[in-house]
Amino acid sequence: MSRAKIPYVPPEERAFPDLDSGKYLVMWQGPNHPGITGNMSLRLVIEGDSVVDCETHVGYLHRGFEKLMERRLWMQNFPLVCRIAVPEPDFNEYCYAAALEELAGIEIPEKAVWLRTLSLEMIRLASFLMWIGGQAGAFGHGTIAQWSVTMRDYVLDLFEELSGGRIYHMYIIPGGVRADVPPGFLRHVLETMTVVEQNLKDIELVMFHNAVMKMRAVGLGYIPRDWVERYGITGPNARAAGVRRDLRKDRGYLAYPRLSFEPVVGTESDAFERARLRLAEMFQAIDLIRQIVDALPAEGAFRERLPNPLHWRIPAGETYVSAECTRGEYGFYVVSDGGDKPRRVAVRGPSYTHAVSVMERLVRGVNIADVAGLMVSLHTYPPEIER
Amino acid sequence: MDIKDIVAPFAVWKRAFEKPFTVRKPIDERPGAPRYRGFHINDADTCVGCGTCESICMNKAIDLVPVEGREPSAGDSGLRPRVDYGRCCWCALCVDVCPSGSLGMSNEYLWIDSDPDVFRYVPGVDAKPWDGAELGYRRAEGYRLLDMERVPMPETGHAEGVKSFLELVKGYSRDQAEREADRCVACGVCVASCPAHMDIPGYIKAVRDGDLETGLRLLYETNPFPEACGRICTRACESACAIGSGGDPVAIRWLKRYIADQVELADYGKSLPRAEPATGRKVAVVGAGPGGLAAAYYLALLGHKVTVFEKDEAAGGMLRYGIPEYRLPYPALDKDVDYIRSLGVEIRYGAAVGKDPALAKLRKDFDAVYLSTGLPAAYRLDVPGDDHPRVLDGVAILAAATRGEELGLGRRVAVVGGGNVAMDAARTALRHGCEVDIVYRRREVDMPADPEEIREAKAEGARLIERAIPVRVEDSGDGGARFVWNEAEMVQKEPGKRPVPEPIPGAVVTERYDSVIAAIGQGPDLAYLTEADGVEVRRMKPVTDRAGRTSVPTVFAGGDLVNEKKDAISAIADGHRAARAIDRLLGGKGD
Repeated sequence: MSRAKIPYVPPEERAFPDLDSGKYLVMWQGPNHPGITGNMSLRLVIEGDSVVDCETHVGYLHRGFEKLMERRLWMQNFPLVCRIAVPEPDFNEYCYAAALEELAGIEIPEKAVWLRTLSLEMIRLASFLMWIGGQAGAFGHGTIAQWSVTMRDYVLDLFEELSGGRIYHMYIIPGGVRADVPPGFLRHVLETMTVVEQNLKDIELVMFHNAVMKMRAVGLGYIPRDWVERYGITGPNARAAGVRRDLRKDRGYLAYPRLSFEPVVGTESDAFERARLRLAEMFQAIDLIRQIVDALPAEGAFRERLPNPLHWRIPAGETYVSAECTRGEYGFYVVSDGGDKPRRVAVRGPSYTHAVSVMERLVRGVNIADVAGLMVSLHTYPPEIER
Repeated sequence: MDIKDIVAPFAVWKRAFEKPFTVRKPIDERPGAPRYRGFHINDADTCVGCGTCESICMNKAIDLVPVEGREPSAGDSGLRPRVDYGRCCWCALCVDVCPSGSLGMSNEYLWIDSDPDVFRYVPGVDAKPWDGAELGYRRAEGYRLLDMERVPMPETGHAEGVKSFLELVKGYSRDQAEREADRCVACGVCVASCPAHMDIPGYIKAVRDGDLETGLRLLYETNPFPEACGRICTRACESACAIGSGGDPVAIRWLKRYIADQVELADYGKSLPRAEPATGRKVAVVGAGPGGLAAAYYLALLGHKVTVFEKDEAAGGMLRYGIPEYRLPYPALDKDVDYIRSLGVEIRYGAAVGKDPALAKLRKDFDAVYLSTGLPAAYRLDVPGDDHPRVLDGVAILAAATRGEELGLGRRVAVVGGGNVAMDAARTALRHGCEVDIVYRRREVDMPADPEEIREAKAEGARLIERAIPVRVEDSGDGGARFVWNEAEMVQKEPGKRPVPEPIPGAVVTERYDSVIAAIGQGPDLAYLTEADGVEVRRMKPVTDRAGRTSVPTVFAGGDLVNEKKDAISAIADGHRAARAIDRLLGGKGD
């Protein structure tokens, strides 16, 4: 049974809108628009107040990272990669570092494994907190955005304490992490988790037991299960469609095999289901952070010694390293020709598979007021589409 | 949808009575975290201006710039990093990589100004409110991007080493050399401190890349004695090394040795330049030490016919007759000399200039003459009884050891002096089974000898007697000598100057030795310079300009004879400079 408000019509059966007919209005949403995530743009063809056709436009945030990386030393790329997904930079740092370690045959210390996992779960929470603000805001619940962005700030305070930076943490460095936890940090983490958890419960009450939210989000942006394979959709978007796919379980990197958790899987695959699934993952992230704090080794090295970064040459080879981020599978494909710079780096930003073609399909027939809510419900970070 | 969906949202009205999250006044009240990566700070006195921060910065936000009141000196480029906040991304890799540890970041993050140019400043030099900030990003304990520990050099242990004249230092393997070369940050601070200005980062890179032919070519550009200097150089470069500002300096000397050791003499010609076509001009070099042969090598490269006059029976000068075999084995020295000879340099042994031939004859027969006769005459102890037959001269002992002569030192030996010759004489005596006391008038820290030499002499069993001023030498009546010294204390006579030893009244010590070796310094032997030659001499030194020209246009001088540093690499540098000047004199371009 499909909950889709708008049944999907394949392109060949669709009438191409005749823009000269006077029936339609062409309207751009973005790249500067509060109803769009990041710098992306939708070219909408509108009839009345519903969307007839849509083209997604990316490229407003293209900074050429992959090419830039070919001109910089291996270590110099470490501060660069975090910019590929601004609200959630740590996955870039992790994937890049892990790819280098794999190519160079470096084993990182146990403590670094746990600190990396901690860092990734903390940023997962921060990223979801930002997302939930956007999702609520897109449906007119601005207050929730103020709460959740404040909660995110509290998590960023933790990052500031741990790494010295709020947005670009630059903490996961090839070979391990950059520093041990500062004194009192783990206590601050637990205190912050209590506050965030309390707030999330309030948000759950206000947002998910809310008639307005349900009327607008239930049935919006239904993704049929077979699209998951067809488009390569990953992450919560895939799990909400009933596909049990979570790299933390499937690939078992870092300390995840030693943590107790089960991937959250949904059934309904609409905007409301996706939101609820992400909320559950936020609670799960808090739980994982607590588990990590408990298990974190008190002693031990946090970084493996590497060759001189100015002359570091990585043996020729190629690898693909991926991690489960808030939007799905984040991956780095790195090729080395044995030189002191990467030969090629390709980044798989998860937004690519659900924010371009899938978005174009889902938005047809949607009320213009719901376009923003639909887009946020896919959880898109345009910079990772453009790299 | 049920009634809960209508009612539930009202539950959070409780928040209306709580303090709002969004109000935070005044905005500047919150300091950055203790680890915050804020504006840069730099301890400009600890900083050595190596520019490693500039090399690692991926945004090119750091430039090394000259700053007022700071001059370049040994181990300090005199430059300091200037940060451009229009480019900086606050990654702090510069802090992580800084060899001296001078660079850090404050936890200050607010700085508002309408003039964009002020956001480019030299931390630690341009005063800022956050200078000296306690908090902010620093390299974490135990975390370094650079390797500050030297790859240990395999050496024969002291107990084993003292039994023979076999070379103690075994040399790096390929893996060890490449690991050691990897530590270099290629800042080039060392180049300025090397008397010969060798391309040190260049040949270290060659080691890293495994390209020893290039390495050898770079060595010979400025120094035709890589085997010798790779073993015994005084290595001013390592004192200047930027890595040394925060750890062990890169083993530049051992890497030089590695390159020369790895390439066979027969293969030298593949990478080294060939001599220019013959110019038909003739140059005489007096003294086949490192300085004289360096001049000969570069002159021969430029196409001149060079004849070297050497009073001894083999080439190498002090390298051969002053440095014991366990530090510089003769085959290694021969390799350097043989390559120089392979360019057509003729060496006439047993030709003591002044006796046969006279300098005047050389001036007549050759287009130019280079004097590099060094300091062959040992100073006397200058105390009563220093003419006792058991008072020997350190340089002569070392030369006799080289020639394989019987030294006849006896059982107990005193070596007087604190320089490298004293250490070499002491360690040579130890290898002949003697008991050795090193008697020095000041403290160990004041000794001019290489600290490594002092350490090794002690480890091999030499006893160090500090603050002992020689008084006299008496005959012991049993074929030995009684050496009498007065114990001294160090007195700071003038502030800012080094303390001087003052004899403690009555504290006189007498010891009986079979031999007393005086190694308190050497002077020149200028007997060959006659008045008719017209070379101006002042304070026992021929007067020269920077290129080594004396007051006679065709006569040049260099090496220990002239320069203050009195080491092989300075003599080599002098020889190279003089060779260029002579080439210009003879109508060449001097390069």
